[in-house]
Amino acid sequence: MSITRETVEQAARLARLTVADADKDRLAGELSAILGFVEQLDAIDTSDVDPLTSVVGATARMRKDAVTAGDEPERILANAPDRVTDFYAVPKVVE
Amino acid sequence: MTELNRLTIAAASAGLAKGEFSARELTQSCVDAMDERSDLGAFITPTPDLALEAADQADAKRKGGEDAPLLGIPLGIKDLFCTEGVQTTAASKILQGFVPTYESSVTTNLLRDGAVFLGKLNLDEFAMGSSNTTSYYGNVVNPWQSASKPDMQLVPGGSSGGSASAVAARLCLGATGTDTGGSIRQPAAFCGITGLKPTYGRCSRWGIVAFASSLDQAGPMARSVEDCAILLGSMAGFDAKDTTSVDTPVPDYTAELGAGVKGLKIGLPREYRVDRMPAEIEQLWQQSAQWLRDQGAEVVEISLPHTHSALPAYYIVAPAEASSNLARYDGVRYGFRADAPDGLPEFSSLEDMYATTRGEGFGAEVQRRIMIGAYVLSAGYYDAYYNKARRVRSLIARDFTEAFEQVDAILTPTTPSAAFGITEEPSGVEMYMNDVFTVPASMAGIPGISLPAGLSSDGLPLGVQLLGRPFDEEGLLRVAQALEDAAGFTATPQLMA
Repeated sequence: MSITRETVEQAARLARLTVADADKDRLAGELSAILGFVEQLDAIDTSDVDPLTSVVGATARMRKDAVTAGDEPERILANAPDRVTDFYAVPKVVE
Repeated sequence: MTELNRLTIAAASAGLAKGEFSARELTQSCVDAMDERSDLGAFITPTPDLALEAADQADAKRKGGEDAPLLGIPLGIKDLFCTEGVQTTAASKILQGFVPTYESSVTTNLLRDGAVFLGKLNLDEFAMGSSNTTSYYGNVVNPWQSASKPDMQLVPGGSSGGSASAVAARLCLGATGTDTGGSIRQPAAFCGITGLKPTYGRCSRWGIVAFASSLDQAGPMARSVEDCAILLGSMAGFDAKDTTSVDTPVPDYTAELGAGVKGLKIGLPREYRVDRMPAEIEQLWQQSAQWLRDQGAEVVEISLPHTHSALPAYYIVAPAEASSNLARYDGVRYGFRADAPDGLPEFSSLEDMYATTRGEGFGAEVQRRIMIGAYVLSAGYYDAYYNKARRVRSLIARDFTEAFEQVDAILTPTTPSAAFGITEEPSGVEMYMNDVFTVPASMAGIPGISLPAGLSSDGLPLGVQLLGRPFDEEGLLRVAQALEDAAGFTATPQLMA
């Protein structure tokens, strides 16, 4: 699998990453190498197995649908890069 | 009273109990060692004042007649565990300045048992790496030096490189690590210490910065099998806050350490040989098998046919889960937020702020893995990549299940090489080969331990790995103890405090 500049741009968009134009060819090469490496899995017959979902065979535990935490805005907002009263502040998105 | 920092946890606990020295004296000797060897880059955030304060509290408790399994024992904490009130970075710029308002479950358990925290240890950024050269806060140096090139700085392995370097250099008595594909066992091998990756689900993942959630597992790193057993007893346990935590009792892992290997069956998987693996690693592996045979174990060759599929499958599963886990770093709720570009007062859109923050906040390796993850999970590729890898994972797990019907433990080399130079670092996929022997157990979720078994011809430590049945850490530690006794590894690194 050879990754093109366009695929790099698409993956970057999906991953919400700004990638400099100058880095796109390098990344295309690096991602191609990784995908080339994992392609060897195609040779393995997996027709008789299901995808592994849990290594410990555990089923999801149930718990009461009850409030266990909350009402502590100071702890939650303590690391916010920007805040206004009890809200996270982000750049303006509506013109 | 000198060199208290060089004691094992077991010896230090005995000394503290007998009143031979105080927790403060013990902690001070570690703080001095950290100062002396700060050039190793093992700590991102040392917390000597907090440590000495905690040591005084431990001494006061002991004076008041209290005791606890780790009362007054100074430990280092990998900077992937959230620690309340102490910066937690995951070695990333994007979490610079993040001070958690909560404590991870594993570190909560250690604090409950009286441990003293010396600070936060360096690692590969978001635990992605095998040489501790991807940290935003600088490389970690291995305290060992080779005979042929003593001036060359060696990597400590990764991702728990700061943990391994600090334990080996005697800056702390033990440390926490996390292992996603070998991140405890590979650096333990490179630094000549002992590191245990427990069964997936044995230690809570709550409060540990997530990398690949179906693989991540916390474990102890220390200078003896016994010390790993002591630490695991404290770190392990059921936690309702982790949905994959397993509710089984935590035994006293030290109880059966001396039980020996007589009558046990040990498997040597024939697939654990790779091209260009030095002959001395093969020899040490065979020597280790002989040591177990000499103590009454039966050693048989086994086959784990999907061994070499583990690494390519891992490089789909781990990036896929990482891309999902790391989506939370967007510059809104915590950590770093980029400035608007070119002196503009604002970003043009919220998405622009996310992408710029992530582009500036994540290092190159993390960006590569997130993009691979986004790609293999994207529409049209999910089945061909992610589901294929999960099917292969089922085959890998089945290999181990079938093997453990024949044998009680599996013995392998930990790594296909000794530590290499920071400037000799292989690139890309070749770098991933470091983890070829550790990844299969991670993919199957089974426990594994690496311990130092000898030195290379160039004077560097070499590790062997033991793998065990799910939740049979007791049995694994018992075999490891027998191997440690026979190997008699007493060599110490050149850059030791």
